[in-house]
Amino acid sequence: MLEELFKEMAQSILDGDDEVAAKLATQALGEGVDPLAAITAGYMLGVNEVGDAFACGDAFLPELVMAGEAMKAAIAVLEPAMKASGVSREILGKVVIATVEGDIHEIGKSLVGTMLTSSGFEVYDLGVDVSTDDLLAKAEEVGADIIGLSALLTTTMSKQKEVIDEVAKRGMKVMVMVGGAPVTKEWVQRIEADGYSEDAIGAVSVAKELMGIFSLNDKAEEN
Amino acid sequence: MQPKIELLTQDLIDRVLDEAFQLMMNPGIKVQYAEARELLASAGCEVDESNDVVRIPESVARKALETVPSEFILYDRDGNPKINYGGDHVHFDPGSSGVSVLDPETLEHKAAYTPDLVRIIKVAEMLPQYDAQSTAVVCNEVPKEIGDFYRLYLVLLHSKKPIVTGAFSNDTLETMIDMLGIFAGSREELAKKPQAIFDVCPSPPLIWSKFGAGNLIELARAGVPAEMVSMPLAGAAAPVTLLGSVVQHAAESISGITIHQLAKAGSPIVWGGAPAIFDMRKGSTPMGAIETAMIDVSYAQVGKSLNIPTHCYLGATESKVVDAQAGLESGMSALVGALAGINMISGAGMLDFLACHSPEKLTIDAEAIGMAKRMLEGVSARTETLATAMFEGINFKGDFLKQRVTRELFSEEQYLPSEVIDRDSIRGWQQAGRMDTFARAKIRTKKLLDEYQRPEMDADKEKELIRMVETLAKKAGMNRLPELE
Repeated sequence: MLEELFKEMAQSILDGDDEVAAKLATQALGEGVDPLAAITAGYMLGVNEVGDAFACGDAFLPELVMAGEAMKAAIAVLEPAMKASGVSREILGKVVIATVEGDIHEIGKSLVGTMLTSSGFEVYDLGVDVSTDDLLAKAEEVGADIIGLSALLTTTMSKQKEVIDEVAKRGMKVMVMVGGAPVTKEWVQRIEADGYSEDAIGAVSVAKELMGIFSLNDKAEEN
Repeated sequence: MQPKIELLTQDLIDRVLDEAFQLMMNPGIKVQYAEARELLASAGCEVDESNDVVRIPESVARKALETVPSEFILYDRDGNPKINYGGDHVHFDPGSSGVSVLDPETLEHKAAYTPDLVRIIKVAEMLPQYDAQSTAVVCNEVPKEIGDFYRLYLVLLHSKKPIVTGAFSNDTLETMIDMLGIFAGSREELAKKPQAIFDVCPSPPLIWSKFGAGNLIELARAGVPAEMVSMPLAGAAAPVTLLGSVVQHAAESISGITIHQLAKAGSPIVWGGAPAIFDMRKGSTPMGAIETAMIDVSYAQVGKSLNIPTHCYLGATESKVVDAQAGLESGMSALVGALAGINMISGAGMLDFLACHSPEKLTIDAEAIGMAKRMLEGVSARTETLATAMFEGINFKGDFLKQRVTRELFSEEQYLPSEVIDRDSIRGWQQAGRMDTFARAKIRTKKLLDEYQRPEMDADKEKELIRMVETLAKKAGMNRLPELE
């Protein structure tokens, strides 16, 4: 019976159905199912399957994004229950992402957020045109490990430097990674960002590296 | 007869416009500039100050559409008319706002600096296929606050062709208009005989930012042509269907025109864009996809139905090197744009989704453009009889090469490509070094650069320009202007 429920949960992710995902989560809580188990044995299997399919070209972004939305819906139902019982799901790290002040481009950033969530990070997406102060306030509030900054205009890129300088000034223990079409390696070095990726998939690897999480593949290459 | 392709029936065009007008009322257009909202409110639009959303009724928009000039001319630095923005006249310019350049030896994408932009300008100046220059790349050693007019300064120093450019802020726009005014004689003279057009971008979906709307108003008042570059990303920042994106393009463009014409009716403005489909595997924006070209052709048809000059971004590629993908994407899309009769086609020379520029690719793309322009010339009856007169005396021998008419007409009938296009025998090709297109392009590019000479310029005007830029550069913390080479 429980197995059936877990299967349905995984399927709701594959189908990208946020309504069904939330419904199943509510049902699970009602039946006394351990919320953490629902995530690890149920929903996460769907997330992993979509992630793998995407990686080998069998699934596409719309499926990935909808899977992410369904996952978010399930977690929204399960998280309060987990908090109440003092349990937390294992996350790779907390990431606050935003498009910098003065810039309203957001697709790339949102994709990074989706990929990070699918990979096991807890993501706080603050949206676009986010002031440095608001950004750092949120990072402090949630205890972020990483701040991710996106800028698409050559004129707003400088805000990335502003954030990094401010983090240093305030002595905050948070790493900053940057991205966006005009961001070049030279720029990243100049502003002393902790990480950088040209695309959303690469961003996940960078985030994992920053958290000191290496995949088995990385270890094999090193040896 | 100029060949033309069309994708939309009149019925579809009507439906696109109808839904665009609907979107302009519901959800409306977000206009993040107070003065623009005031103009729209005075014209009878409902404004919601709490979220900057304006509802623009069709009647208000139609009034604005009526006063848009159906054509205008861009002049070169000597005041000669060079580009006819209107009807089905087709022109090409290099793409702009790249951040890096392709190193022809290492094939790395390096951050662009002053000498790189200068090289691009020189090559584009030497290639007749390019009707206009563009402020092709950002110069990374220059403070961002002066980046836009600094690029324009470099173009003005090295070229006489009309310029496609854009400002990064409302203040620097003023500076750029003043710079052009130096060469035109005054801002009034510039408005009468514009030498440059400024790209202005709405933000998808349905947003005119403070800086975009501000630019529209400034350009309208100065009488300097504005080129709207609406960029729906089908499936990400716009509806996934090509037609859905064309509707979004129309709503953004019509609302932009409304703001623009309310600032000054009759000022020139262009129905332009840089849309793309959204690649669902990589989350990227392929400029070389055939669907991208189809969106361009479609929105251009809508603009033409409204009698407005058109522009698009085609002739580029997502390839990172100048390879077969670069060739086929750039070449095919340039031809499609030309056949659609789009007045200005930007994008040549660019790689990697418009991020990287290459003078060598510019040289190769010039050939595709030459071919496209030859296609537009169509077939002409240049001789009194189409063929029969030429058969006199032929007597079943293929001796047409000996005919006088062959000598007289071959260069009109045939586009004569440069040595970048190989038509040699295999023996000849081997003897010449077995070079591929890129290798031949490197040689030709170097030759063009060696042959380039700075056009003659009024010494006083040049001094005034340099002084203006030096002063503003100092204010931004740059005490010496970078070396040009």
